[in-house]
Amino acid sequence: MNGAAVEVMGVEKVFGRGSEEEVTALSGVDLTIAPGEFVTLIGPSGCGKSTFLRLIGNLLEPTAGSVEVFGKSAHQARMDQDYGMVFQHAGLFDWRRVAANIELPLELRGWSKADRSDRSKEMLDLVKLPDFGGHYPRQLSGGMQQRVAIARALSFEPRLLLMDEPFGALDEMTREHMQGELLRIWHETGTTVVFVTHSISESAFLSNRVVVLSPRPGRIHSIVEIGLGERSEDTREDPRFFEASTEVREALRAVEDGS
Amino acid sequence: MNAGRLRVLMPPLVTGALFIGAWEGGVRVLGIREFLLPRPTSIWAQLTSQWPTLRHAGWETGRIAVSGLVVGIIAGVLLAFFTTRFRTVNEGITPLAVAVNATPIVALAPIFNAWFGITGTLSNQAVVVAVVFFPVFINTAKGLTEVHPDEIELMHSYAAGEWTILREVRIPNALPFFANALRLVAPLSVIAAIVAEYFGGPQDRIGNVITSNAGFARYDAAWAAIAVASAVGLALFATALLLERVSMPWRLVGGESESTTKP
Repeated sequence: MNGAAVEVMGVEKVFGRGSEEEVTALSGVDLTIAPGEFVTLIGPSGCGKSTFLRLIGNLLEPTAGSVEVFGKSAHQARMDQDYGMVFQHAGLFDWRRVAANIELPLELRGWSKADRSDRSKEMLDLVKLPDFGGHYPRQLSGGMQQRVAIARALSFEPRLLLMDEPFGALDEMTREHMQGELLRIWHETGTTVVFVTHSISESAFLSNRVVVLSPRPGRIHSIVEIGLGERSEDTREDPRFFEASTEVREALRAVEDGS
Repeated sequence: MNAGRLRVLMPPLVTGALFIGAWEGGVRVLGIREFLLPRPTSIWAQLTSQWPTLRHAGWETGRIAVSGLVVGIIAGVLLAFFTTRFRTVNEGITPLAVAVNATPIVALAPIFNAWFGITGTLSNQAVVVAVVFFPVFINTAKGLTEVHPDEIELMHSYAAGEWTILREVRIPNALPFFANALRLVAPLSVIAAIVAEYFGGPQDRIGNVITSNAGFARYDAAWAAIAVASAVGLALFATALLLERVSMPWRLVGGESESTTKP
């Protein structure tokens, strides 16, 4: 099935194999993500959701099984820079101005200076920071920095966006605002998103599907389909949003009860 | 802007003037004998009358300090790069360097005289190099390796190789660490040079001017030489600060609260 954006088959990840601290982070994981889909990975800490994301991004190699991204090996996809990555820690480089941070992946791809500058301007408009290209990251608030990190990840128009608790360090208000922004950007760019979170409401608000993981070893416990359609800020007060949140919450409870 | 600069400069200038005034007045009023603590005006008189000797001594000692600084910095930085590139070397060398760094290296001056000759400047320079080398090496190596893991993962997600990561992440990350080391070793190099001169080397340097004048109870002249030494140390420290500011403009900008309001 070559149409999938991400195809994870029978993946197992063991850390410290053979040592006393051997930990099976993930075991027997299968998951197919369609192009343009927004999928959230949620689960208690230690369930391997960040590991899962890093396997898709080929920042880790699976111990067994295979990971394909757009029909090629995860390694090849990384080499082709098919995905953009956003971490909880914005990870902007202090020594680069905001525009230069966004242009970094383009620089590494050998884009001309003029093209880079045009693109970073577009990206700054997209994340609603048009006047901040000349600032240094430390002059920006946490939420603004995270928006720059998203702009950087999207600058080369990757077909896949991997996000590891990107809003985890933000306050509630900024967080909700960023969620709205992310959905808007997702609509505008049509990119596939794999999003790790430990927030139930965040997962329900953002995704098409919520993948609920159980810990030790990390497995897919269940997948909750979220049928909310197009979201707006009103969605947060929509009874269907509460139903979706409840469904995710119950799946997580079932994980903790070990059923 | 000028008013702002004046406001920053005023407190230390006033404090300094008060300190010198209190020194001068205290020595006069309390009748402290000049060989115990000469008055600033006596030191100044020596500074002007002995100026050719002192200027020459300050210049020569400064040259020893600066040449030792340059060699020590280059060696420290090179070894830092080397150990970052080859992790096993790092594991062997770094604990050793930390241990050596904790030993008072100026104590080696008499031994360096035996190794590099007591009459030339080489042994003095060697003391400066040894004093400068370790802080530069340890700090730079730390800056090259202590990179946030997300930043390395980010670079891997761009399929960047080790050289690109070194250029784009490790080196800029190491700059503040290196600058800290520089601020530390710049004045330290003058101290090292002078202490080394106490034990050997040519006789027309600050260290020897201090010891010979003190030996003849010409304490005001010894103090004048100390003043020259401190001026050389200050000049090197100021150069280090200037380099730091020029090389890292992003460290000069204010934090979030001041600058999110656009100009």
